[in-house]
Amino acid sequence: MTPPRPAGTAALMLDDVSVVRGGRTVWSQGTLTVPAGAVVGVIGPNGAGKTTLFQVALGLLPVAGGRVEVLGAAPRRGNHRIGYVPQNYTAAVNEAVRCRDLVTLGVTGGRFGLRRTSAAERARVQRALERVGAAEFADRRMSELSGGQQQRVAIAQAIVDDAELLLLDEPLANLDLRNQQEIVGLLGDLHRERNATIMIVAHDLNPLLPVLTDAVYLLDGHPHHDPITDVVQEDLLTHLYGTPVGVVRTAQGDLFTRAAWRDVHHHHHHSPDGTAP
Amino acid sequence: MTLAQPLAAVQFQSNWLDILTSPFMQHALIGGSMVALAAGLLGYFVITRQNAFAAHALAHIGFPGATGAILVGAPLTLGLAVFCVGGGVLIGLFGRRLADREMATGTILSLATALGVLFAALASANARTTTSVLFGNLLAISRGQLVVFGVFTAAVVLVLAVIARPLVFASVDPEVAAARGVPVRTLGLAFIVLLALTITMAVQVVGTLLLFALVVTPAATALRLTARPGYVAAISVGLALIAVWGGLVLASMIDLPPSFFVVSTAVFAWVVVLAVTAPRRGRRTPTNPAPDTHHHHARVPVSTV
Repeated sequence: MTPPRPAGTAALMLDDVSVVRGGRTVWSQGTLTVPAGAVVGVIGPNGAGKTTLFQVALGLLPVAGGRVEVLGAAPRRGNHRIGYVPQNYTAAVNEAVRCRDLVTLGVTGGRFGLRRTSAAERARVQRALERVGAAEFADRRMSELSGGQQQRVAIAQAIVDDAELLLLDEPLANLDLRNQQEIVGLLGDLHRERNATIMIVAHDLNPLLPVLTDAVYLLDGHPHHDPITDVVQEDLLTHLYGTPVGVVRTAQGDLFTRAAWRDVHHHHHHSPDGTAP
Repeated sequence: MTLAQPLAAVQFQSNWLDILTSPFMQHALIGGSMVALAAGLLGYFVITRQNAFAAHALAHIGFPGATGAILVGAPLTLGLAVFCVGGGVLIGLFGRRLADREMATGTILSLATALGVLFAALASANARTTTSVLFGNLLAISRGQLVVFGVFTAAVVLVLAVIARPLVFASVDPEVAAARGVPVRTLGLAFIVLLALTITMAVQVVGTLLLFALVVTPAATALRLTARPGYVAAISVGLALIAVWGGLVLASMIDLPPSFFVVSTAVFAWVVVLAVTAPRRGRRTPTNPAPDTHHHHARVPVSTV
């Protein structure tokens, strides 16, 4: 399902990191290494600090203690090796911008002064738009597109600079099932082609499970990292979310998590090779 | 019959060409054109940054500056500029959250208007002066004011030339822009100072109450036609120039306040474009079209600008 990971520097390394925001410790004692080339689900209850983890990686939020390395270097704003799709991106989109221009800003948006976008830059934008399947509506306004189309454009902007690390905050929120599957498929493809590390904040793990290799989970105020199969366990997820969560494995080997406030055990009896705790 | 008398005074002035070429009209044309240029360039950002209320408020915040200037005997433009830029910086410092900014802007706006009334009373400014601040007096622009306008307009154009691209990024996509190392907050402050300078000029042309017609309406009209920032800027400047020139020509022909004609021309263009583009934009993508892409029937029937 996933290609072997290349040897090399870690995508994200935390060493005893704590993060404080507005006087409140968001999380602490974060010690983990996300290997390069992983597809990582970032999970945890609301307010656990998932977006905060991204802000640390992006250099937007200094840590209160410990050491952070992103792609082998200290975090810094304007790191072009990172592509970022913020939360609620599609809700914030503007009537006053075309998709193509938004993706172009991913290349030239930080540049001061007057200089026209070069032919090479335009070609790069076109390639990114084509790669995510957004070329046919690239000249329309963001506000005219569906949520799935807008998410594609946002991903095009994140990959246009050939980022090695993609940070996507709730990319599947507000999408219907079909669009969720298409975006997940696109992320899987991008991962295979580029061997980029992809970190995805998600509330619902299920649509992402086919592509996830790892998970970072924020448990009891501390971030942890494990392979995805070690994380999709009933006792861990139940503890993590503070509500009973069941894990189901179908005959085909597909994993599902489910709210299990009634009869987890009953269900497990019927699963041929359920992953009972 | 009550209407007949005032309306009788409104008639075509056959010597309008002489009026149009007279020195005070020349000042009005030059000053108005500079305002149109600066306002047209900034309009796209006022709209994308959701700063329309701030622009409106800044115009009012200039009011105590103008009456205060009369009170202490300082030049009107100086008083306006100090209050507009000061108010702009205050508003700019009040965070990026729209709700916070709106409340802060509203509060500063009330305080400024109260101060304006106070200063006007203290300076025993006559109604005519107050009226010219509220509604503009395009025909009373002096040579000295033109020099100041020239400096302000040059500053707006030059600074904008340098920051335009990152400012577009910071305006339409602030979170990604910040992550990409764009100094979003600093750009926001720079923008609001440019806006304050432009409003300082515009208030003297169309007045506090009618300022929207030059700062917001042309850009809103342009945005109906295109979403490309450069095109929007060009069309907005063009529309604002047409409004000022058309307004002045009409005011030469008919002896009524030029502000009325300037604003009417701008609003007329907006209404026409609205009417022309409305049916096309009515057929926009349904919020949840079944297939997304890779399916030719998902192609939306709207051909966008």
